[in-house]
Amino acid sequence: MKIFEQEQSSVAVADETPTGFVHSIETFGSVDGPGIRYVLFLQGCRMRCEFCHNPDTWNQGVGDQMTSDQVLADAERYKAFWGTQGGITTSGGEALLQIDFLIDLFKKARAKGIRTCLDTCGQPFTRKQPWFGKFEELMRYTDISLVDIKQINPREHKRLTGWSNENIFDMLSYMLAHNKHIWIRHVLVPQRTDFDTELIQIGNYIKTIAPIVDKVEVLPYHTMGITKYEELGINYPLDGIEPPTQARVKNAENLLHTTDYTNYKNYPNYPKA
Amino acid sequence: MKQLQANDTTTEAWDGFNGGDWQEAVDIRDFIQRNLVQYDGDESFLAGPTEATTTLNNKVMALKQQEREAGGVLDADNNIPATLTSHGPGYIEKDLEKIVGLQTDKPLKRAFMPYGGIRMAEDALEAYGFKTDPQMHQIFSEWRKTHNEGVFDAYTPDMRKARHYKIITGLPDAYGRGRIVPDLPRIALYGIDRLIAEKVADHGNVGDGEMTDSVLQLREQISDQVKALKGMKKMAASYGFDISKPAKTAEEAVQWVYFGYLAAVKTQNGAAMSVGRIDSFLDIFIQRDLDRGLITETDAQELVDQFVMKLRMVRFIRTTDYNDLFSGDPIWATLSMAGVGMDGRHHVNKTSFRVLKTLENMGAAPEPNITLLWDKRLPDGFKRYASKVSIDSSTIQYENDALMRNQWGTDYYGIACCVSAQPIADGVQFFGARANMAKTVLYAINGGIDELGKAQVGPAAEPIKTEYIDYDDFMTKFDRQLDWVADVYVNALNAIHYMHDKYDYEAEQLCLKNSRLDYTFATGISGLSHATDSLSAIKYGHVKIIRDEDGIAVDFKADNDFPRYGNNDDRADDIAKMLVKKLYTKMNTHHLYHNAKLSTSVLTITSNVVYGKNTGTTPNGRQAGEPFSPGANPAYGAEQNGALASLLSTAKIPYKYATDGISNTFGVTPRTLGNDISGQQDTLVNMVDGYMENNGMHLNINVFNRDTLKDAQAHPEKYPTLTVRVSGYCVYFADLTKEQQDDVISRTYFEAM
Repeated sequence: MKIFEQEQSSVAVADETPTGFVHSIETFGSVDGPGIRYVLFLQGCRMRCEFCHNPDTWNQGVGDQMTSDQVLADAERYKAFWGTQGGITTSGGEALLQIDFLIDLFKKARAKGIRTCLDTCGQPFTRKQPWFGKFEELMRYTDISLVDIKQINPREHKRLTGWSNENIFDMLSYMLAHNKHIWIRHVLVPQRTDFDTELIQIGNYIKTIAPIVDKVEVLPYHTMGITKYEELGINYPLDGIEPPTQARVKNAENLLHTTDYTNYKNYPNYPKA
Repeated sequence: MKQLQANDTTTEAWDGFNGGDWQEAVDIRDFIQRNLVQYDGDESFLAGPTEATTTLNNKVMALKQQEREAGGVLDADNNIPATLTSHGPGYIEKDLEKIVGLQTDKPLKRAFMPYGGIRMAEDALEAYGFKTDPQMHQIFSEWRKTHNEGVFDAYTPDMRKARHYKIITGLPDAYGRGRIVPDLPRIALYGIDRLIAEKVADHGNVGDGEMTDSVLQLREQISDQVKALKGMKKMAASYGFDISKPAKTAEEAVQWVYFGYLAAVKTQNGAAMSVGRIDSFLDIFIQRDLDRGLITETDAQELVDQFVMKLRMVRFIRTTDYNDLFSGDPIWATLSMAGVGMDGRHHVNKTSFRVLKTLENMGAAPEPNITLLWDKRLPDGFKRYASKVSIDSSTIQYENDALMRNQWGTDYYGIACCVSAQPIADGVQFFGARANMAKTVLYAINGGIDELGKAQVGPAAEPIKTEYIDYDDFMTKFDRQLDWVADVYVNALNAIHYMHDKYDYEAEQLCLKNSRLDYTFATGISGLSHATDSLSAIKYGHVKIIRDEDGIAVDFKADNDFPRYGNNDDRADDIAKMLVKKLYTKMNTHHLYHNAKLSTSVLTITSNVVYGKNTGTTPNGRQAGEPFSPGANPAYGAEQNGALASLLSTAKIPYKYATDGISNTFGVTPRTLGNDISGQQDTLVNMVDGYMENNGMHLNINVFNRDTLKDAQAHPEKYPTLTVRVSGYCVYFADLTKEQQDDVISRTYFEAM
C-alpha cells in the first residue's frame, strides 16, 4: 500500500512540478521550530479560529506561486544563520492544504541537508486515500512538527474554529505510533482557551503522547492581528479581550507541565546553558 | 600599593613576562602575542562590585541625575583653556578610588576647549547659561588663531554653500576631528621616559636637513609630542604617581593606561575619543598579579569597574547644533575587545568578561562604547555571555573581525570612532561629515537648485523637464551633481585637516603612536537607503514629478511598485552598491591631504534625523523632513521579508570602498528572539555569526519592546539607565531629544506575529 502511494505521488511530481501558493516569507523565524528558521507562510486555511492573527492567509489559491526549487534557492541564502539547529519551517495558513507542494519541498530540502519543520493545526488530516499516503510520505521528510492544540473539547473546538478536532487527535495518534516528534503549542486566550479544567485535560492528554513531545509552549494571545482584521474589513471576534496576565500564562504552563518536556535541549549540538 | 618604590626598574616591571621583540622596540602587539592569556570558559568566575565601587557609582549616578535636571551641564570652566596641567587633581571620593583622574578639578565639570574654535566654545557655554570670560574671548579671537578661523579663511564659496544648504553636514571645522586611537598600553609597558627617548630618536631621523614642508611639519609635530609626554608625567605626578617608568602591578597598569586616556580627553574635544583595545593587554598584568597572589578576582573586577566608571564620566560641552547631530552627549569612548589573531588564536580573555560585567555591576551606561570584534571562532562561553548582556542592556555593538583584520592587515587594530577600524600602532584617520546622497538625487532632478532653500547650490545644470523621469536621463544629470559633491566635500576636508594639524594638533594622542603613520581619508554617506529606493523607483516604478510654482520637484508619484533596498533583492541592492562605489570613485580622483588613502562610510549616528529634516520629499515616497533611516539601514517600512533579508541587503555594500564602516542598527523585541533566555541567546549568536559570515560589517543590537520606549518617553524618571544603540554609539534614551526619541520609537523593531 505504502509503496503504491509513494509511486503515485512521485508520478505526480514527475508529470508536473507542484507550486505552492505563498502568502509571505519570514527570513528570521526564531519561535517557529528549533534555531533560526526560514518560515514560508502558505496561503489558505479552512479553520476560522477566533484568535487567528493571520486572517489574510485564509483564502486558498491566491498569493505568489513558487516552486520548491525557487523556495529553496531563496532559503539557502540564509543558511549561514541557521547554525546547528535552524532550517525551514512551513506555516500558514494551513500548510497541509498544499501537501503535494510540501512533499516536493521537504524531499528536496532533505536532499540538500536542510532541516524541515511543519507547523500545522492538523485540520486537513484524514486516513482517506490518496491523502493519507501523501501524509505518510511527507512525514518521512519532516524533522519536526509544531502542532497546536486549540481546544480539547470537540464541541468547543468546533465553536472556536468551525471544525471538529477528532481528526487532529487521530493525526497525533499516528505521529505517536510512528515516532514523529512534535512541539505542542497552546494559544492561551482569556475567556476562550484559558480554563483550568480544560488545561488540566490537555495536560493529561499530552502525557499520553509524551514519547514524541519534545517541547510544550504556551503562546499568550496578543492583539497584533487586529489591524489586519480592520484592513480586511472583517469583524474582530475577540474585541475587548486582553492578552492573558503573566500569572495566567504561568498557570497554564504549570497545568500543561511544560517543564517536563525538554527533549528539544537534547537535539544534536544544542549548547549547554 | 600606591606607594612608589625607589628601586623600581624595568626588569622588575617585566618580571614574569615572555620576552621578545617588544623589549627592543615599542611593540604592544608583539607583547600581547607572546603573553596572551586566552579564556574559553563562561562567566561564572566573575565577581560583583566592591562596596567602594558601589558607593562611588551611586555618587556618579546622583551627579548624572543632577546634571540631567540642570538641563545637561552641571558646571563648566569659562576662563581656563584646558591643558594637561591646567587643573589640579580631581576626585569623586579620593579614599575610595582605585583609579584616579578627572578632566577638571571636579566630577562632571566641563573644560573650556577653545582651540577647535572660540565661537563654538562660547556658543556651547551660552547654551547652558554660562558666559565666556572676556579675556578668553579676546585671546582666542584677536591673539591666538583657532582651527575654525583657519578653515574659514581657506573655504571657497562653494564649500560654504554646500555646508549652509546641508548637502554636506557635520564637517569638523569648528571642533576637534577626533578619531585617533592612541596606543595607551605603551605608557604601562614602557613608561613615559622610554617613549620620550624613542620620540627624540625619531626626531633626529626626520629628513636629511632639507627643510621641505613635510619635514618641517613632522619635526614640529614630534617636538610637540615630546612636550605632551612630559606634560603627562606632570599630570600624573599631581595625582601622586610617577609614570616615567613601566607599571609594576595590575593596578598601576590600569592607572597608567587611564592616564593616557585622560591626557586625550583633557586636551581634545574630538568627535570620538576612542580607548582602543586594551582588554588582552591589561589581562596579562591582572593575571600576573592573580598568579602571584597579590590580588583576588574581586580586586581585579574592582580595577576594571573603576576604570570603566571613569570612562563613563568624560564630558565635553557642546553646542545645541552639535547635539542635534550627535545627541545624548556621546564621546565615543570606544572600547574594542575579543577578535582573533593572525595566528588563529582568539583574543578572548577574562578581562573581556570583566568589562562586560561592569554593565551588571554598575548598571547599563552608554559609555564606553563596547565593541566586540566578532569572529565565528570566538569561544562559545563568551559569545553566549555577550548575547546575554546585549539582551539585558542593549549596549553592545558587533563588528566583523575577519573583514577588518584582512582589510587592515593586522590583528592589532581598534575601533576609532563609532565603527571604523584603525591600526593602533601606526594608523590615523582624517574624518569628517557626510555627503547627503538623497539630496544629491534631488539636485539632479532640480538642476542643482536646493529643493528647500530654492538657491542654486550645485552646478547650474538642466533640470529634468519631462513629466516622468527617464532613468538614463536622470543618471547623466545625477553624475554631474555627484561629481560636484565629491569635489567640494573632499576639498573641504583637505582644508579642515590641514588647519586642524596647524591649530589643534592632537599631540597628546599622537605621542602614543609611531612617528611615521599611515593615513586614511575618511568620508561618509547619508541617505543611502532613500537614494537607492529613489533610483529604484525611477528605474522600475515609472515616477512622475509634481512641481511647485517655481518648477521645483516637491513630490513624486510612482505608478508601479518597485523593489526596495532591505529585501535581499539584487535589483535594489545593486543600486546601493553602485552608489557607494560611484561616490568613492569620484572622490578618489582628488588630491587627499597627506596622501591619505580614501575610505568612506555608511553610518549616520543620530544625525539621520537632522539630515532628513533638511531634505525634501524623495522619489521613493519619503516625505520632506522625515528622518532618514540610520546608517546603512533600509528605509523604515521597506523591509518585507524579515530581519535576515534586511541584514543581507546591508551586507552586500562593499567594505572595500566603505572601509570606514557600514552600520546597521538592529531592533528586535525579546520575544521575537525566542521564548526563553537560552533560546534568545542562541538566536542572537546565530544571527551575528550568520551576518558576519555574509560579510556584514557592523551590527548594533537593541532588544526591547516599542511600548517600553513609549513608556520611557512619557516617564523618563522610571528609566534613568535605559540605553539604546543608535548608529555607531550608545545613548541614554532619556538624553535624546524628543525628535530623536520619536525616531528611535518609529524604527523597525522586528517582531514575531
